[in-house]
Amino acid sequence: MSAQTMALAFFDGVAYAALVFLVAVGLTLIFGVMRILNIAHGSLYAFGAYAAASLVAGLGLMGWSPWLAYPALAVAAALVGIIVGGAIETLLLQRIYAKEESLQLLVTFAVFMVLENVQRLVWGVQPYFVAEPVQMLGNINLGGIDYTRYQTLLLPAVALAVLLGLRLFLKGTLSGQIILAVTEDREAATAIGVNAKRVFFVTFVIGASLAALGGALAAPTTSILPGMGADMIVLSFAVAATAGLGQIEGAALTALLIGLGRSFAVYLAPEFEVLTPYLIMVLVLLARPQGLFARPEARRI
Amino acid sequence: MPWRPVLIAAAALVALAAPFAAGWVQTFLILALAKGLAVLGILVLLQAGQVSFGHALYFAIGAYAVAFVARGLAGGELVTLLLFSAIIAGLGGLVIGLFVVRYRYIFFGMLNLAFSMVFYSILEKFFHLTGGSDGIRVPRPSVLGLTLGRDGFELTLYVVAIVCAVLFGVLVHRYLKSPLGQALRAIKSNETRLEYIGVSARRVLLVAYVVSAVLCGLGGAITALAQGLATPEYAFWIRSGEFVFIAILGGAAHVAGAFVGALAFEGIRSFAAVIFADGWQMALGLMLIAVVLFASEGIAGLWVKLTGKSAPAKAEAAP
Repeated sequence: MSAQTMALAFFDGVAYAALVFLVAVGLTLIFGVMRILNIAHGSLYAFGAYAAASLVAGLGLMGWSPWLAYPALAVAAALVGIIVGGAIETLLLQRIYAKEESLQLLVTFAVFMVLENVQRLVWGVQPYFVAEPVQMLGNINLGGIDYTRYQTLLLPAVALAVLLGLRLFLKGTLSGQIILAVTEDREAATAIGVNAKRVFFVTFVIGASLAALGGALAAPTTSILPGMGADMIVLSFAVAATAGLGQIEGAALTALLIGLGRSFAVYLAPEFEVLTPYLIMVLVLLARPQGLFARPEARRI
Repeated sequence: MPWRPVLIAAAALVALAAPFAAGWVQTFLILALAKGLAVLGILVLLQAGQVSFGHALYFAIGAYAVAFVARGLAGGELVTLLLFSAIIAGLGGLVIGLFVVRYRYIFFGMLNLAFSMVFYSILEKFFHLTGGSDGIRVPRPSVLGLTLGRDGFELTLYVVAIVCAVLFGVLVHRYLKSPLGQALRAIKSNETRLEYIGVSARRVLLVAYVVSAVLCGLGGAITALAQGLATPEYAFWIRSGEFVFIAILGGAAHVAGAFVGALAFEGIRSFAAVIFADGWQMALGLMLIAVVLFASEGIAGLWVKLTGKSAPAKAEAAP
């Protein structure tokens, strides 16, 4: 493996890790606060991608500046997060917080089935492409190879900004502190007057928007197809589980580990590309069943 | 209960007589019963409160085991094929089970989903071995040394499906009544107490997991033989979701729920396909949500309630 291929694999892996991180961090944030694993998260990712593609295509039809495509990606993500995410939380999840864990899992799985179907009804099964945001930023030459600026600079920058932003928000603001308080001990937080219901809603919308943002940012780098949601929920779960569910910084490192592992596999052993993330997950979980960064929990009897 | 064997015999007789009325009913019933076997596997795990979103994996393993051997031997022998696929699915269940029984609920469900998705993409990617998304054609095997025509083989397969359904229905019913099955239920109600009386919860769950893998494998094998084809779609997550859906709809309270649920599901699907057209999956999802929210005991649960028998021990809250 030459230095050039290694560099290529490295930048590929980082760009991929950035996208996976955005989705996984939303999943892990929702789980950390609400103790619910949102299987429909994969659909929110796909919805983000489709909405971004439609919005950017719409801009093109209106003849507006192509630079508006970048805010359009963010707007698409926020719209999906607030409308679809908000609807899921208020209409369904609020009714099942008191139910058994396996029933909660069933409900989010059912939502996933519904959303995958809705997606096919709205956008059909033919692939969508939005190349403009990648083309407009042009290429950057590193060590004799051209890379797209979008993938080498923009994606990692957004992922880093989200990571730091989330950290600042949770540790540095009152709303963030309230969310952390609910995560730590919901009863105690409610007792001192925290509106846990609102915290859950806000958390879910933020998490959903992050998944949609991952999708919107992925849209220009790949063809948008049915089935992308199912692949992504499994992959982002693998990242979140390897890190330890609820671990935000851990999810970033694990996304990097899995992203790099996958992109090096593409060059070294292509047939193992799909398997690598799961091999990493299984190996980690065999050694540390709680995940890499989770604190072991005291057993409740 | 003296009426139970009578009921089983009656159900089997009615089912045996049905295909003489119309040909397509037979194919329909084979597929529904095969699905019922797989659902029975999910139902076993539900006793422990665990939901697997990846059991289509074993369905596909069973189907491809049949496909590979039948292709290699240009047919093979029906009984051996079924036995072989059950064993391979069971072995697969043992290997993956050793890993997943360390987990419960979210991890259990999602790890199963992950394994099935990996298997699905292997089936699609390794084209030279598996035929990619076109799958593998399954040649018609001989039956106890006899080479049968299409109709004869279908009838045989139909009888085999009924025998399997009745046999495994009774066996699983016995298993769930046995101490091992009671221990399985205890995983749902209070696993820690189970451990304190010296029973390994992991081992109990592992047995159930292998049983469920074998049942799904057999269902897959019968389906592949009936359709003459094994495709990666057999391992797809939507199929796993259907199994869970039927198990919840049929209700985990009684083994009959698996087959009643599967028959009702396939029946509704063949008639409602026209009404729902592209919205079938959405209809399933919405119904699943409704069942979970309003009738989490399913059809069998309603039956148990109506007939006034005591429902199986409910999950106790841990003190």
